[in-house]
Amino acid sequence: MASTRTWSETRRGVIRDALGIGIASGAYAISFGAISTAAGLSLLQTCALSVLMFTGASQFALVGVIGAGGSVWAGAATAALLGSRNALYGVRLSSLLERRGWKRVLAAHFVIDETTAMAIARDSPAASRFAFWATGVALFTLWNLGTLFGALATHLVPDPKVLGLDAAPPAAFLALLAPRLRAREPLALALAAGVVALVCLPFVPAGVPLLIVAVVVALFGVLRTRG
Amino acid sequence: MMWAGVLVACAACYALKLAGLSLPARVLEDARVQRTVPLVPIALLAALVATQTFSTGRHLVLDVRAVALAVAIVAVLLRAPFLVVVAAAAATAALLRLL
Repeated sequence: MASTRTWSETRRGVIRDALGIGIASGAYAISFGAISTAAGLSLLQTCALSVLMFTGASQFALVGVIGAGGSVWAGAATAALLGSRNALYGVRLSSLLERRGWKRVLAAHFVIDETTAMAIARDSPAASRFAFWATGVALFTLWNLGTLFGALATHLVPDPKVLGLDAAPPAAFLALLAPRLRAREPLALALAAGVVALVCLPFVPAGVPLLIVAVVVALFGVLRTRG
Repeated sequence: MMWAGVLVACAACYALKLAGLSLPARVLEDARVQRTVPLVPIALLAALVATQTFSTGRHLVLDVRAVALAVAIVAVLLRAPFLVVVAAAAATAALLRLL
């Protein structure tokens, strides 16, 4: 077993990275708990989202749409559209993870940006699997603790506007968006999407401009691929 | 109604994750899917930033949230952590309302 030592070193490195990611997103979950409670969701609904949905951008979108006066269904549709990228992550992970049984059903819940990035960066399938599960468990634990903390803290505040919490969701969306804007084309797409949403806004119910933007970008993507 | 929407959204997000692990690879490796899906979060997050900063209900408005967003942009450019970006924006709005 010449590789034992290397393997234990690999595991230590993975656990250290997984905890780092978990702590960072635990802090980010605090703002989710606060924004969700300020948007009018109950403590239980806020915590249920972090346990059951467990994909940050979708959770922020759902509570953001509700907080802005949109219907829960417009919020749900936006959350699902944002969750579509997780299906592509699954494709990349399916060759590395268990293909059958209850482990796959559980693994699916953990298929998100961070676990995918940690898993595909490894040089053996065993290390990929370990990185996926370590990141998933660390993130799930700290994400839910952070959510509970943020929601409980905000429950004590009678008017969230006094804390400027209505200005928090756009900043959260911006912080989620920024890493995806490292080139000129995504930046142009982002600006165009913002303009389209604002132009539609006076004419349709709250939340619906987002769905219009989703349809426009899907058409753009498909037509561009053909051409 | 709120609970129904929350649970349906959770189920939909889980179904998408499971689909990626379960569907035959060729379905999701189609060039149109591969090129289009990564564009969706960029467009939606940008639309969320725009609508949640510059509107109240169906009305376009310009208020302290625009200044809060400008502060958030500066924080992002300085590579501040997530919580700092959000807290800086919230604090900006809260302080401007006190003035």
